[in-house]
Amino acid sequence: MSLTLENVTRVVDGVPFIADANITFEPGSFNVLLGRTLAGKTSLMRLMAGLDKPTSGRILMDGGDVTGVPVQQRNISMVYQQFINYPSMTVRENIASPLRLAKLPESQIEKRVRETAAMLHIEPYLERHPLELSGGQQQRTAMARALVKDASLILFDEPLVNLDYKLREELRFEMRELFKERRSIAIYATTEAHEALALGGTTTLLHEGQIVQSGPVNSVYSQPVNIQAAELFSEPPINLIRGRVSDSEVTFDEYAHFPLNQDLRQLAPGEYWFGVRPSHVGLVPHNDDDLELSTLVELAEISGSETFMHVRNEHFGLVLQLSGVHEYHTDTAIKVYLPTHKLFVFGMDGNLIQAPVKRVRG
Amino acid sequence: MTMSKRKTLGISLYILFVLVPIYWLLNMSFKTNEEILSSLTLWPQHFTLANYEVIFSDPSWYSGYINSILYVSMNVVITLLVALPAAYAFSRYRFVGDKHLFFWLLTNRMAPPAVFLLPFFQLYSSVGLFDTHIAVALAHCLFNVPLAVWILEGFMSGVPREIDETAYIDGYSFPRFFVRIFLPMIRSGIGVTAFFAFMFSWVELLLARTLTSVEAKPIAAIMTRTVGAAGIDWGVLSAAGALTIIPGLLVIWFVRNHVAKGFALGRV
Repeated sequence: MSLTLENVTRVVDGVPFIADANITFEPGSFNVLLGRTLAGKTSLMRLMAGLDKPTSGRILMDGGDVTGVPVQQRNISMVYQQFINYPSMTVRENIASPLRLAKLPESQIEKRVRETAAMLHIEPYLERHPLELSGGQQQRTAMARALVKDASLILFDEPLVNLDYKLREELRFEMRELFKERRSIAIYATTEAHEALALGGTTTLLHEGQIVQSGPVNSVYSQPVNIQAAELFSEPPINLIRGRVSDSEVTFDEYAHFPLNQDLRQLAPGEYWFGVRPSHVGLVPHNDDDLELSTLVELAEISGSETFMHVRNEHFGLVLQLSGVHEYHTDTAIKVYLPTHKLFVFGMDGNLIQAPVKRVRG
Repeated sequence: MTMSKRKTLGISLYILFVLVPIYWLLNMSFKTNEEILSSLTLWPQHFTLANYEVIFSDPSWYSGYINSILYVSMNVVITLLVALPAAYAFSRYRFVGDKHLFFWLLTNRMAPPAVFLLPFFQLYSSVGLFDTHIAVALAHCLFNVPLAVWILEGFMSGVPREIDETAYIDGYSFPRFFVRIFLPMIRSGIGVTAFFAFMFSWVELLLARTLTSVEAKPIAAIMTRTVGAAGIDWGVLSAAGALTIIPGLLVIWFVRNHVAKGFALGRV
């Protein structure tokens, strides 16, 4: 069962929600839809589910046009950000309800409800009502109802957002296990880059209703097609510095120079945007070709065992993601080291020209 | 401590004060006419159930109760059947003029019932509905349906739209979803709505009296017309009054939890 969107556009009251989406999801694949709030993740999922109709374009399932087919007749399931269950039914009846509607024999319903409940660890609560359960258990119930019926398309619309950190980790880990041997297409929407990285599979980046990039998670991460993709898929966002390439060196805002290394040698002279991930900038040099920059500390945000350090000189600012706790007062002068062989190079139009080459460390 | 004692005392006095007329009604209903008219007695000196016997044995009395209960029940059922789909539409769909229509519904309640007396009377007489239960039930719907739509819309809007969608995704058809999933979720709202519809219809006198003559005459109308040749039959009237309170009490008893919940959840 594959799902294809062909030139799908949705306009509501003159505002384009989804603009010309073209994408195919393979059977048995796990797909992450990554985008900020209002990027159109939910809109796109509602179109795929058949809850909304596209203004133009076609939606195909296994090659057949399902654009106008009502949601009841499509074999899909969906888990929302809010915990949506039927409050008047017990957890057991909640999970069983799609099967009952499909008129399965009672013995089979019982068996599958048990299996699914066991998978999601909610077996002890089968006789309770959803509102008597904790948030995590309620969301597990909703997930069980989505998973019990062997839907060919399962949509998760930020299902873990309203849960606490620990539960989120736990469920995220289980999610990947749950989908290992399934033939259905799973689509998971999230705003968090690290969640997309943790879940793996295929990542689709969405920005302002447009699909920016789609592909295996690692290739999207290491080869963002443009600045937007790089910004979306980096937490904290990627550092961007405008620079000029001449015959022999790179100049950042007429301020810092470094010779063209072997990766950057092919660049034609001109203006470029250089991107560097916050985790790659360091307080100590790692390589001979690291660029030393004198900066002032603006802010050191300590989050647990990590520090996000914002520094700037008179030309540009940088964010550093450092492991460990680093306490600095504002306006402390420090030197930071930019790895020149880990630079993304974008043209002035924003498109990627060159990504850093992965080197196997010996 | 003295504060709470004083409060208790105050509340007790207030309740006592409110209950005095009801006590007096009960008091009179167990007295003979001679005792009522002759002297002031705080409780029946010659306790009698004769007044109640009159009501339960005389069809011109007890049919009044039956008529009232009939048209009130009809009204509650019709109100809910009409208001539920309407409220669902208002809470779930956007259509041209939906907000204006919603407000207009409410304005229906702003006119006093007397305004509609003449048109209803003339209309019902000409189509042969005069003096039928359904006539009164329909007339009361004019006031109850807008209120019901308003209350129910509040409750329905409190149910997330995603529940509807989840049900469709699970494979529920609309009618099945509405009855199996949606109605149980807003049962408090339905209880509150039924309560308000019942109360209005049960105590409304003007329309009910004007639109009926014999066949569907409500108990309240019978009570106002019981001036016989021998003067007013105080005892029987009191008994009738006491009995008239009972259905209201019963309804309040059944919906009391829902009403408390309802006032908190809905927007009334």
